[in-house]
Amino acid sequence: MIQAILVFNNHGKPRLVRFYQRFPEEIQQQIVRETFHLVLKRDDNICNFLEGGSLIGGSDYKLIYRHYATLYFVFCVDSSESELGILDLIQVFVETLDKCFENVCELDLIFHMDKVHYILQEVVMGGMVLETNMNEIVAQMEAQSRLEKSENFPVTLHLSTR
Amino acid sequence: MALKMVKGSIDRMFDKNLQDLVRGIRNHKEDEAKYISQCIDEIKQELKQDNIAVKANAVCKLTYLQMLGYDISWAAFNIIEVMSASKFTFKRIGYLAASQCFHEGTDVIMLTTNQIRKDLSSPSQYDTGVALTGLSCFVTPDLARDLANDIMTLMSHTKPYIRKKAVLIMYKVFLKYPESLRPAFPRLKEKLEDPDPGVQSAAVNVICELARRNPKNYLSLAPLFFKLMTSSTNNWVLIKIIKLFGALTPLEPRLGKKLIEPLTNLIHSTSAMSLLYECVNTVIAVLISLSSGMPNHSASIQLCVQKLRILIEDSDQNLKYLGLLAMSKILRTHPKSVQSHKDLILQCLDDKDESIRLRALDLLYGMVSKKNLMEIVKRLMTHVDKAEGTTYRDELLTKIIDICSQSNYQYITNFEWYISILVELTRLEGTRHGHLIAAQMLDVAIRVKAIRKFAVSQMSALLDSAHLVASSTQRNGICEVLYAAAWICGEFSEHLQEPPQTLEAMLRPKVTTLPGHIQAVYVQNVVKLYASILQRREQASEAEAAQEVTQLMVERLPQFVQSADLEVQERASCILQLVKHVQKLQAKGVPVAEEVSALFAGELNPVAPKAQKKVPVPEGLDLDAWINEPPSDSESEDEKPKAIFHDEEQRQARHRHPEVDEEELARRREARKQEQANNPFYIKSSPSPQKRYQDAPGVEHIPVVQIDLSVPLKVPGMPMSDQYVKLEEERRHRQRLEKDKKKRRKKEKEKKGKHRRHSSLPTESDEDIAPAHQVDIVTEEMPENALPSDEDDKDPNDPYRALDIDLDKPLADSEKLPVQKHRNAETLKSPEKEDVPVVEKKSKKPKKKEKKHKEREKEKKKEKEKKAEDLDFWLSTTPPPAAAAAPAPIPSTEELSVNAATASEDTCEGPKGEEAEDEDYGTEQDPERKSSRHKKKHKKEKAERPKDKKKVKKKQPEPEEEAAAARLVDNGAAEEEPIPPMSSYCLLAENSYIKMTYDIQASLQKDSQVTVSVILENQSSSFLKNMELNVLDSLNTKMARPEGSSVHDGVPVPFQLPPGVSNEAQFVFTIQSIVMAQKLKGTLSFIAKDANGATHEKLDFRLHFSCSSYLVTTPCYSDAFAKLLESGDLSMSSIKVDGISMSFQNLLAKICFHHHFSVVERVDSCASMYSRSVQGHHVCLLVKKGEHSVSVDGKCNDSTLLSNLLEEMKVTLAQC
Repeated sequence: MIQAILVFNNHGKPRLVRFYQRFPEEIQQQIVRETFHLVLKRDDNICNFLEGGSLIGGSDYKLIYRHYATLYFVFCVDSSESELGILDLIQVFVETLDKCFENVCELDLIFHMDKVHYILQEVVMGGMVLETNMNEIVAQMEAQSRLEKSENFPVTLHLSTR
Repeated sequence: MALKMVKGSIDRMFDKNLQDLVRGIRNHKEDEAKYISQCIDEIKQELKQDNIAVKANAVCKLTYLQMLGYDISWAAFNIIEVMSASKFTFKRIGYLAASQCFHEGTDVIMLTTNQIRKDLSSPSQYDTGVALTGLSCFVTPDLARDLANDIMTLMSHTKPYIRKKAVLIMYKVFLKYPESLRPAFPRLKEKLEDPDPGVQSAAVNVICELARRNPKNYLSLAPLFFKLMTSSTNNWVLIKIIKLFGALTPLEPRLGKKLIEPLTNLIHSTSAMSLLYECVNTVIAVLISLSSGMPNHSASIQLCVQKLRILIEDSDQNLKYLGLLAMSKILRTHPKSVQSHKDLILQCLDDKDESIRLRALDLLYGMVSKKNLMEIVKRLMTHVDKAEGTTYRDELLTKIIDICSQSNYQYITNFEWYISILVELTRLEGTRHGHLIAAQMLDVAIRVKAIRKFAVSQMSALLDSAHLVASSTQRNGICEVLYAAAWICGEFSEHLQEPPQTLEAMLRPKVTTLPGHIQAVYVQNVVKLYASILQRREQASEAEAAQEVTQLMVERLPQFVQSADLEVQERASCILQLVKHVQKLQAKGVPVAEEVSALFAGELNPVAPKAQKKVPVPEGLDLDAWINEPPSDSESEDEKPKAIFHDEEQRQARHRHPEVDEEELARRREARKQEQANNPFYIKSSPSPQKRYQDAPGVEHIPVVQIDLSVPLKVPGMPMSDQYVKLEEERRHRQRLEKDKKKRRKKEKEKKGKHRRHSSLPTESDEDIAPAHQVDIVTEEMPENALPSDEDDKDPNDPYRALDIDLDKPLADSEKLPVQKHRNAETLKSPEKEDVPVVEKKSKKPKKKEKKHKEREKEKKKEKEKKAEDLDFWLSTTPPPAAAAAPAPIPSTEELSVNAATASEDTCEGPKGEEAEDEDYGTEQDPERKSSRHKKKHKKEKAERPKDKKKVKKKQPEPEEEAAAARLVDNGAAEEEPIPPMSSYCLLAENSYIKMTYDIQASLQKDSQVTVSVILENQSSSFLKNMELNVLDSLNTKMARPEGSSVHDGVPVPFQLPPGVSNEAQFVFTIQSIVMAQKLKGTLSFIAKDANGATHEKLDFRLHFSCSSYLVTTPCYSDAFAKLLESGDLSMSSIKVDGISMSFQNLLAKICFHHHFSVVERVDSCASMYSRSVQGHHVCLLVKKGEHSVSVDGKCNDSTLLSNLLEEMKVTLAQC
């Protein structure tokens, strides 16, 4: 099971916070902060696993993270997940973001947090890996965007007819 | 276009969207909090508007703010509003917000049930998908219970996209509502072989997650998983399965044997590191499980270790890390294979990556032997010196202590060396682990009697140079060792070389700068030392010298009396008075030494850490009862400020306790021993007289210490552990030489020795090394009749424990998922003729499922045996991996189909069942009454067929849920016509508060019992509670009431109803005779509470038990049916109804649905039908359709029942 997925930048600003276990907001923020400090200390050329210990859950949990340019992608998982598998999954997630946003950069995540969540929802559901095939994920995302467009959605348009 | 833009920008002025919000926050870096609170105010305004688009936009912004740490639970109701928007765009926003902030404590969550149900059955797969995703994050026990059935239906959805989500979410449902596991499991199992890889992967995922917590229940799935493992190419699935096998093998070693080969093949063939790694891991698990039984797996171990070495040597730090992690698992059972890679692991200690160094340290823990301990520790000591950063150094320190002290100092051959290592560690700057070192010193000194002399000499040196240790900057850390040093010197003062010097060191003014708890120990031990000096001097008749030392005490003790620390002060004042008294006596020339040392007489024995906890509570003693009246709250508040009198108070107290306790305990122990000795009923656990140390000094029971002459008894200055390493080596060398000599003498016996060595655990060389001291590690005392290993109880709150459910056990009727079909308000208005397709699905499906469950239940017993046999069979054969899949009977597909077939066979009465299963009834279209004699000829032949063949045949009827459902109605007929939706719920009673609809279900399991499901819908704006349903029992029909209640008591409804909510309650009735319909009068009483107060309300009703409600849909095969008709003991009756316009197909469906029949055979417009009552009456019908009429001929064991049934049927048909 995946317990939490955190994305934050090099300064610890959260860009995506997704917990699969209930924590009050202030604890969530504290976890993000602590996690940030843990991974910040680490060089880029050392291993991507961190025995989180006290953060979430306990000794069964590990932090598995990747660092891309300005962003850290951190997954907190228990021992039922394969460490290398999760590293691959992070890669899949990031590549999917890249496809959906066409050359993703931090700004995309900042301004489209909702969309990032929707993409993540196609990859991980309720803490369990849902889909690892990038093409499938992208196809579902596109289908949903089409559906959204067909609903003639723009919020501003609706407001104007008020 | 231009207009649109203008409009857009005008709107922007009023409403920010998410991007604007983000931009705004970025532009207000200085006053972010203020800006956001402003935004929240705006959002609150937006949420008040009616426009759903505005609301959705607001909720979307809230989701962003939630990420920044703002609590948005206040908007929960608005989020639900957005969730129920009809447009996907908004719905998705709503569900996202809900998934981020809803949880079990969210009170409005119960309002979502109907909305989610509606979305789950939405025609748009994305509506369904979004609802599933959202639900997966906030499912509560209530939601799980109410929606389990809907989600289970979705597991067979046509779209794989929905299927995989539905399968995954089932895990969450199981967690919240464990009762759903067993009913849902067969279908989950089916999904393991779903054609879509995504669905398959999801099913594997869920089962692995379940099996991880309770592996034993999933052992029977091993063959299926084995097949998947050998056939799947999806690495994700493979990894999960292989991990699962890792959890299963400890339970079934034979499984492990079977796995070794395919896993080894995978290890050789795969290029994916992740897969390779998991394979190695599982092979290790297998080897661990086999370690006792199978000697010939050294090749596999070698392969694993070799692959892991490659990983560890890889430049990728991740692989290195994982390699070390897996290595530590091998280490536990096969330490030798790992020990040969010591070089590599020691190398990892130098890695720049801390995670890797820590992993390597973990490995070292298991790699030490008597032979290499000193070497490894030496290596670690150099790392301690080099290490930058206190965290890692502290880690090293604890590891060194762990390694040395593991399993009762098993690997330490020379305790002098160990003490000197501990002393060396005290020179570490800034460590936080002073107390660890201190604890070790105390432990070793107390438990290893032979080392006391040496320890005391080292400790006195330490006390002497205390200024080095306790320089003021690191007061907190390392000075803890002085605590141990002082105590050891005091307690074992008889071993001191120069007691006065040590006494002097302990009374230095500098000592007063130490933390209070250490000073306290100093003070206490100063007296012990003093006592021992007095004794020596008096014995030597040096009265003057004795007075000198008393004088010293009198001079120096006042510095402690002035201490701010209460404990120190108190002890010092007591002792000062004592010493002054002694001084007076000495002045008179009275010998005092004897009496002073009597204060500290007696030996201290080590006590097991859990001993205290394990002392059984004497009968009649309530530990929780107050001894005095509990203090009032205000009092304790007052006390707090006082407690901060001294900030070290608390820590001090913690440290002080053991010391006091040890003494106290020792005394009590002595007393108890005396008592035990005098008690003839006390059975002494270790009657060895040696264990009983008495006060008598000089009685040393420990085996004589063989201290090598080459070891200097006192090392001047600080000890150097290296010296001991060298000395130890020399000693070992000599030992070896001696041994060799002996060996040569005993050449003949050598063979035996070799044999023994192979089987023993420690390495060969280990055995050869005799410890320098015959160390008497005193076993720790435990209280008598303490229970061993009663601690590690499982956490009763563990959510996974509830999922420890036997999945092979037959499914009981009560276990079916609750079906709350009529929560939708529209449905309730006219339950008979509801046309919403959704409703149809819900009200029909469950019926069939129930039936299926019942069927299963019967053959499950058989199946369970079969399953066990199958697993045994599968495990016992060891076919080559290529052929493995073919001969292994795969339970999932085949057994399932067997289920369907045997089920019907079981429920069919009569001896014909056996044959029926062999008939391919799909093709058998003859009209009824097939000669049964004709078949008897076949019987013998068929019986001789091997079992497997039968299975293959049985496979033909597809047991898919829908197919099975359809079969009930048309049994192979090709006519495809939509069956109109039906509901069996009918109105019971209604008033302005509440509406009740009901349905009666009978089951074959409990004869003469039926269950009445009543849906209660709150139609008012009041809150309904304390609902109670009561009926006037008749002689024939009685309501089952909770035990102990009288026949006039009502049965409480187990829930309350908020406005607009409906829920279903079930009541069980016992019936004596079922041949007549019954009517019972009853009342529902409840309290309606609204803003104006609460009123007590009643609603009367009449509960109608039709004869049809006593029937249970039971399938029957045509030949059994024919035989039944032929038997001649059925009475007959018939009816005819005119003016029928409905198609025959729908007509049959109606009869099946409302009267619980199943179609046996159907030819054109003629059909035979069968049903069975709860009391075992057979009911056979022949339904014929004419132009505009229908005739029904019936046969039944009971003529009254039949005529009543036909009358009821007439009413139904008249509506057609």
